[in-house]
Amino acid sequence: MKITFLDRILLLLTVLLTAYQIVFGIEGSTPLAIASYTVAFGVLLVAALLLIILGFEILDSPAVIIISTIIPLSLSLGLIAEFFPKYTPGYIIFAVTGFLAVMVSRYFAPKKTATIILIVVHGIAGLLIFSLPIYLSVIGTTNQGFLLVGVGGGLFGIGGMLLSFLKTGKPILPRERILSILPVLMLLTTAAFVAGFALA
Amino acid sequence: MNRTFQIKFKNKIKLYWSLIKSLQTLLLLMTGLAGFMSSRCPWINFPTILGIAGSLFLAISGSTVLNMWYGRDIDSLMKRTCWRPLPSGEISPNKALVYGITLSVLGVGWALVIDLLCGVIVFAGLFFDVIIYTIWLKRRTSWSVVWGGLAGAMPVLAGRTLGTGRIEWVGILLALAVIFWIPTHILTFNIRNQEDYERAGVPTFPSTYGIPTTLRVISASSVLAAITMILAAVGIDITAGQMRLLAVLSGGLLFLAAASMLRPSDKVNFGLFKYASLYMLSAMILLAAVGF
Repeated sequence: MKITFLDRILLLLTVLLTAYQIVFGIEGSTPLAIASYTVAFGVLLVAALLLIILGFEILDSPAVIIISTIIPLSLSLGLIAEFFPKYTPGYIIFAVTGFLAVMVSRYFAPKKTATIILIVVHGIAGLLIFSLPIYLSVIGTTNQGFLLVGVGGGLFGIGGMLLSFLKTGKPILPRERILSILPVLMLLTTAAFVAGFALA
Repeated sequence: MNRTFQIKFKNKIKLYWSLIKSLQTLLLLMTGLAGFMSSRCPWINFPTILGIAGSLFLAISGSTVLNMWYGRDIDSLMKRTCWRPLPSGEISPNKALVYGITLSVLGVGWALVIDLLCGVIVFAGLFFDVIIYTIWLKRRTSWSVVWGGLAGAMPVLAGRTLGTGRIEWVGILLALAVIFWIPTHILTFNIRNQEDYERAGVPTFPSTYGIPTTLRVISASSVLAAITMILAAVGIDITAGQMRLLAVLSGGLLFLAAASMLRPSDKVNFGLFKYASLYMLSAMILLAAVGF
């Protein structure tokens, strides 16, 4: 499926929003949290740029699943490092192990095992991104606006699931439908993250 | 009658505009402005900013036109370039030569008037590009790309020198970043258009040393470009946020360079070619932003 002009505009807006977030949106966090958020938004930025340049065909690359794992893992690590520092060492071990497991299983494990590992790693990281901001804003640790990061996490989870199942050969929606909503989903996700961090 | 004249005039402008390769010229112009603004001089000074922008635009355009004038026989042999105004006969070689010399003289002259050292650097860029790269080396050796890189580095050095009043290490690092970036830009383009270059008999890295070696050179130059750009940014003392963004953009460049070496394909090569241009533009905008 060919990428349209509108898709490119939406992706360009995503690039600009992520660039803004990296430069201005994460100041004031702890160094590890800043580094983690930078990696997450950085991968999102480069991915959006590559989609603009190369079109949706880039999603056919086997590296997509591995690289897309970096975003939820690093974003959730940032949240843990910023708000639950005592769990940081444990979560770093999970993030590194999870990433390595996804990477190794893509090439050396049976397809079913690789899919289970992917679901577990994405699932835990995704749930944290979705639920932690909601929890933090409800108990008053952050402002209510931080809820939007959870909304972004939810949207990101939907996008991640659609792409992951597409890549594993069991698409939830037809490929064309997934690709047509992907740029909108990426922009909405990024906008929710940026707004959530700004309002925290 | 009046309308016919207008249409003819518009077409003429379009033809002459196409001789200056506007995108490439504007990218190089951006490097010059970034060099100037990164010095944190009081750049909101209309005559100076107009001077550096105008002189660089004219000098870069002039050298591009002269390149096209000298390389019109090569251009006529390549599918990609045979439609250009000179090989297609839409503009006569003499007119193009006069056009190129006029732009070059105006550009260098204007730069010399603004600042002698800046003018000398702009002249050096023109000299490296037209005389050394195009006339002397382009048809003889694939290593001409080094001189093309040196020429491409002069606008940023000129801008920085005008801003600081001297040639200093940050300016040299910025120039090195462009020099190291040029092989990534040019060699990915050479790979993409290898048949064209072979048809025209122009030696390139892919035709002289083969694709695997060229890909290694591209990767090495991308690494060096990213490192020198970050070192220059440290020297300019950009904010932590800007540095994070520069690191992310550099990471993207390195990722694509590694992908082009480990899993080479036309698609990845094209992606790296395009991304490298975006990288240079974004990095220069980031460095220029410190002037605000």
